[in-house]
Amino acid sequence: MHIIVCIKQVPSTTQVKIDPVTHTLIREGGIINPFDTYALEEGVRIRERMGGKVTVISMGPPPAVESLREAISLGADEAVLLSDPAFAGADTLATSYTLSRGIRKIGQFDLIICGKQAMDGDTAQVGPGIAEHLNIPFVTWVRKIEEIREGYIRVQRLMEDSYEVIEMSLPALITVVKEINVPRLPSLKAMLRAKKMSLPIWTANDLDVDRSRVGLNGSPTKVIQTFTPPIRGKGEILTGPVKESAKVLVEKLRERKIL
Amino acid sequence: MDYLLTEEQKMIVELSWKFAREKIAPLAAHYDETEEFPWEIIRELAETDLFGIFIPQEYGGLGGGVFEMCLVVEQLSRACGGIALAYAATALGTFPILLFANEEQKKKYLPDIAAGKKLAAFALTEANAGSDASAIQTSARRETDYYILNGTKQWITNGGEAEIYTVIALTDKSRGSRGASAFILEKGMPEFTFGKKEKKMGIRASTTRELIFQDCRVPRENLLGKEGMGFLITMKTLDASRPGVAAQAVGIAQGALDEALKYARERVQFGQPISSFQAIQHMLADMATQIEAARALVYATARMIDSGAREYSKESAMGKLYASDVAMKVAIDAVQIFGGYGYMRDYPVEKRIRDVKITQIYEGTNQIQRNVIALELIKEAARHQI
Repeated sequence: MHIIVCIKQVPSTTQVKIDPVTHTLIREGGIINPFDTYALEEGVRIRERMGGKVTVISMGPPPAVESLREAISLGADEAVLLSDPAFAGADTLATSYTLSRGIRKIGQFDLIICGKQAMDGDTAQVGPGIAEHLNIPFVTWVRKIEEIREGYIRVQRLMEDSYEVIEMSLPALITVVKEINVPRLPSLKAMLRAKKMSLPIWTANDLDVDRSRVGLNGSPTKVIQTFTPPIRGKGEILTGPVKESAKVLVEKLRERKIL
Repeated sequence: MDYLLTEEQKMIVELSWKFAREKIAPLAAHYDETEEFPWEIIRELAETDLFGIFIPQEYGGLGGGVFEMCLVVEQLSRACGGIALAYAATALGTFPILLFANEEQKKKYLPDIAAGKKLAAFALTEANAGSDASAIQTSARRETDYYILNGTKQWITNGGEAEIYTVIALTDKSRGSRGASAFILEKGMPEFTFGKKEKKMGIRASTTRELIFQDCRVPRENLLGKEGMGFLITMKTLDASRPGVAAQAVGIAQGALDEALKYARERVQFGQPISSFQAIQHMLADMATQIEAARALVYATARMIDSGAREYSKESAMGKLYASDVAMKVAIDAVQIFGGYGYMRDYPVEKRIRDVKITQIYEGTNQIQRNVIALELIKEAARHQI
């Protein structure tokens, strides 16, 4: 089984900086996106059960290579970084396109695992985007892999108060939720291995990309502004007997189309 | 303080502390209450490769030494001295094998310990032989291809949970301290049973049991070194593992200081956080200074041992003595800083007093440590006069 795990390096929450011109995040190192740690753990578990290899791929500026090293210390076998100034400022369409080119270059795979969404963008679009670019089936919000074998996978997709059981042929892509597993801590041997490994960095020249589809140029979505929303007004306090207040509350929620 | 750790040593500290924070700290109070052995935590610790830190690479370990072992023990002890002890006592039980075993014995036992699959223990103490280790009575009678062991060991850490035991028994009563030998025993050997689990003041997550041998047959190949080397093996083992106890004390003390400092900054009385009062500040300053001095002594000793020094009984004793005495004082002061809350079991700090007390007692009481230090000083003085 060759499993590819897509990870993203995101700012650790105390250091968020926005570029004043492009309104996008200034990326200066950080942590592995938390949802991606579940994806990586699941990939490593499958390899432990069935044999094979886990390759981690990420698109980001040079500091992102540290997150790839961290992924190796958490059990990944190999890692590759897609990094090029041309890739910067990408929205989810350009990002998923670029990653799909990187995966094409990696070669044969059975399963791609992504985290549900990235903590900084919160769009949850890149996983499905990659699958579409690669023309493979995908299921999102996977809470459990029921069965996986050569050419076949059956998963549980988490819904609000239930789950669906879906089967697909491999190769395929899944995005996972945190209910799927408890990620391990790094092991010292893997940490030492990660430190010594030289990790490949692929630029736009190394990949077979259409330059008009990567980076800011390849992004139909433009970020106009990123701002902290103003603090809301005081709000309204409902007094009086609970039954009456409840009726008033329901009316107000209906007015705002929340109910 | 920067102790000029190598990149790898920094990784070891980082990983151990991460483990302590995320896996041990949340469960420390639970295991203290239930007194169960924390197998789930041990299994997770095994996956980090930390059990192999002090075992050579050719047996599946990472090839580190006493210093690296101390780094791990200290960080784990910050979260819980009792849970950390399962690791530290395994190191104690492994040193006889590391230092004196032949190739077959090393190949047989070290890989499982390095992988965290099996824990180890060291069995010397008996009801009538504590500080006076030479008063042991457990005997080992040779019969063709076996030694037959009879006797009872007391207060053995990891007793019943470990699979691998180094047991010190008398092979020749007439030879006094040259009459003891060391044997490797495995859990499950016939007539090797365990007594009840002891109920302790602290380190309750650690399991302490009697070991009982009733005509227990141990294969000849399990003799460590040669007959008569028992006390030599004991002394060398304790010299090497004592820094581990010292590191445990330093870790417990550091955890106590961290908790007291945090509390002092949050607790407001007389309109101010109590950390702004000189009385508290002076206590914190003394605690921190003494912990740092203890740590520096332990690290220096561990590095000295790893650099191949042949004699280190004095330094090893100094480290254990000082660190445990400091840690006891720090733990008590920490409870004092917490005031009434410090006395309540709902708060984590009283446990540290209960846990750290044993570090002044086991692996040689602090009175014995002082004996060792004084005798070494006198020996050195005599040597220089000749």
